[in-house]
Amino acid sequence: MQVNETNTVNTEEKEFTPLIVAFCCNWCSYAGADLAGSSRLSYPANVKIIRVPCSCRVNPLFILRAFQRGADGVILCGCHPGDCHYSTGNYYARRRMTLLFSMLDYLGIEKGRTRVEWVSAAEGAKFSATMNDFAATIHKLGPNRKLRDLRCEK
Amino acid sequence: MFKIALDKIDELFAALSGNETLYLPIEKSGEIEFYPYEKDAKVRLDALHTVKSAKDLFFPQTENLMNMKLDGKNIQIEEGRHVEDPFVLFGVRACDARSFDVLDKVFLADPVDSYYAARREHGVIVSMACSRPEETCFCNVFGIDATMPEGDVVVWLDTDHLYWEAKTEKGEALTKTVESVLTDSDSKAVEAQIAATKEIMDKLPLKDLDLTRFTEDEMMNIFNDSRWAEMSEHCLGCGTCTFVCPTCQCYDIRDYDTGHGVVRYRCWDSCMYRDFTRMAHGNPRKSQLERFRQRFMHKLVYFPENNDGMFSCVGCGRCLSKCPIHTNIAKVIKTMGVKEHE
Amino acid sequence: MREINEMLKKKVSELLENGTADRIIGWQAGEFCYDVTPAVMRKDNLDELFYNGFCGANQSKYLIQESLEEGKVLALLKPCDTYSFNQLVKEHRVNREKVYALGIPCSGMLDVDKIKALGITGILSIEDNGEEIKVATMYGDKTCKRTEVLQERCKVCKGKEHKAYDELLIPDEDAPEVPNGEDRFELVNKLEAMTSQERFDFWRGELSKCIRCNACRNVCPACSCRTCVFDNDNSGVAAKSNADDFEENMFHIIRAFHVAGRCTDCGECSRVCPQHIPLHLLNRKFIKDIDEFYGEFQAGEDDTAKGPLTAYTEGDCEPSIVMEKGGEA
Repeated sequence: MQVNETNTVNTEEKEFTPLIVAFCCNWCSYAGADLAGSSRLSYPANVKIIRVPCSCRVNPLFILRAFQRGADGVILCGCHPGDCHYSTGNYYARRRMTLLFSMLDYLGIEKGRTRVEWVSAAEGAKFSATMNDFAATIHKLGPNRKLRDLRCEK
Repeated sequence: MFKIALDKIDELFAALSGNETLYLPIEKSGEIEFYPYEKDAKVRLDALHTVKSAKDLFFPQTENLMNMKLDGKNIQIEEGRHVEDPFVLFGVRACDARSFDVLDKVFLADPVDSYYAARREHGVIVSMACSRPEETCFCNVFGIDATMPEGDVVVWLDTDHLYWEAKTEKGEALTKTVESVLTDSDSKAVEAQIAATKEIMDKLPLKDLDLTRFTEDEMMNIFNDSRWAEMSEHCLGCGTCTFVCPTCQCYDIRDYDTGHGVVRYRCWDSCMYRDFTRMAHGNPRKSQLERFRQRFMHKLVYFPENNDGMFSCVGCGRCLSKCPIHTNIAKVIKTMGVKEHE
Repeated sequence: MREINEMLKKKVSELLENGTADRIIGWQAGEFCYDVTPAVMRKDNLDELFYNGFCGANQSKYLIQESLEEGKVLALLKPCDTYSFNQLVKEHRVNREKVYALGIPCSGMLDVDKIKALGITGILSIEDNGEEIKVATMYGDKTCKRTEVLQERCKVCKGKEHKAYDELLIPDEDAPEVPNGEDRFELVNKLEAMTSQERFDFWRGELSKCIRCNACRNVCPACSCRTCVFDNDNSGVAAKSNADDFEENMFHIIRAFHVAGRCTDCGECSRVCPQHIPLHLLNRKFIKDIDEFYGEFQAGEDDTAKGPLTAYTEGDCEPSIVMEKGGEA
């Protein structure tokens, strides 16, 4: 049993830099991130990208384990619906993530901590804007308290 | 003997929890477990059993052994134990109180389990006599007197008073700290309750379980009995019976990778799980039949054989009420208690 | 009930005699009136077979193993068990050819824990008289209302129609009445209407009781993996206890998610939980979301329809829908 400080607005918050994990599909979003980089569009350095073969590769455990290891927000990026490299992978991912996010909300976890965005290989600007926006949202929400593993705290 | 009126019992709890943590049966989210006392807690002394047994306080379901932290090229090792805090464990029933004797045989034998030993040393046990046993109770079969439990202090509860009697030095010392809220009492009410409870105990449906066959001589006959197959056939292989059991003492030691180090912890294991005792060469007990048989052979044959006839079951009845398919030790004793083909 | 018991015995012995099946998974009486155990019986020990208001266990999961063995097994399926049976057949986990399904009627099953929770302890015998349940105890005779002590799942009964069978003991229309089904999403709705913090506190209270005995998983007819991810040391999440709050959450989210779209809402998980955690409320949340987002779906209604998580439409809602609905933040 542990005591959860769920509503802490502590003094640390000023220096709080959220840790964000972004699962990006190899074919669209990862290339989109690349384009953002080569076009010198900035996105926060604390967004850690994990490349996956398809958004559909991400199962709910990936999302939960990212939180367990200290993520404050998790975002999944894939090809736009209809543009999946494997034709239909992102359609399945969409259903799964919808249900998972709804379940997290049901358990009382803040809704904004998880997100799905479709980013194509040509959308470097969208990638950068999305990440900046998501980082700002997580910053506002504060550190992840409800879905953390105390053993993993530094 | 002392007593205190039940409407003032909070004073007793406040006094007991003044210097140390007081654990007692408290209801949270609809279930009763031993939780630390706090004001406004829903104390349930009337409940016969907590879901998990009191062993959790001496041998917790999970406990950190050590933390290894990576710092550049250095590894820091910190001890993870918190076992030196004194505590009072209040409201232990006779069956759970006996279970500490069983656990002592395992953990205090050489090599001594220092985590367990430290908790035993720092814990004071206030046990509580039963007055309303249930149909699943059969502690008498193991020679336990539910009206006179073992413990440092024994308390009896009637409709308006709690009676208190110290039994050991530790108990005397604890009594001194709460004397101011207790008043002197004779033992008439307690004697009357004991007599009444004994009458009820005589009506328990499982009071006549026969253990005479569970001896070393019969060990191989019981082991090879074909009836294990049908008894274990529908066992789900869940760990419910082992985790609610006051005497199950098997544990596993595991490492958890935190990303910047390792937490080494131990946790209860269950002989019902298929990776139980799995070793490099594989698992010696491959089927649920073997695992199921192991649990009961251990409790009824091997353990008594190694510990002067002490069975490692205390008849609390938790597994009888919690098993999802109602296969339990009472059924095993009844079946295996008589020779096959008789 | 006694009549049905007699009919059942007669029918079963007939089916075993004429070779339709060579064994049966039925129920065997226990020490008390309520602790019945599932058991495989053959012609020679068929007299032990019985059926009463405590035969609630959903036995369809046993058919996975049974249908791998030699010969045909006779399965007794209550109406709600047939949903799980269909689902297992659909997933090719149960070999339909090896099972002879006898549909048996059910008028609601009783939960002995609920009887005990009413303060009725020391139970010696229970007489099921329809509306009123008479309990003889060591502390005198007690009565309680049937509706008070029905199993959770029976309060939202799916009806008396069997969805799969080879033969029915009594035609569905002649079967005894089933309990009136309440709205099964009532509590889910109530939770959704709470604030996020209230929901968090509610689930923390419930899930922190979990002792990780795996009974919910092992009993679940939809949890039919050979090796569970939580038992697989290579998965990184294998554990035998909840060493941290996080593991309690993770285990239960993933358990419910793995059966989402396949869970028939049979309620076994909640029935077997030693801590009475309302696990069915996690499953029902998924069912409710699936109904709302992707159209009404009842798993196990038949043995062919594609499950909602193995299907999609191009116009599916986006995950951001969660931001718009649900309780307040």
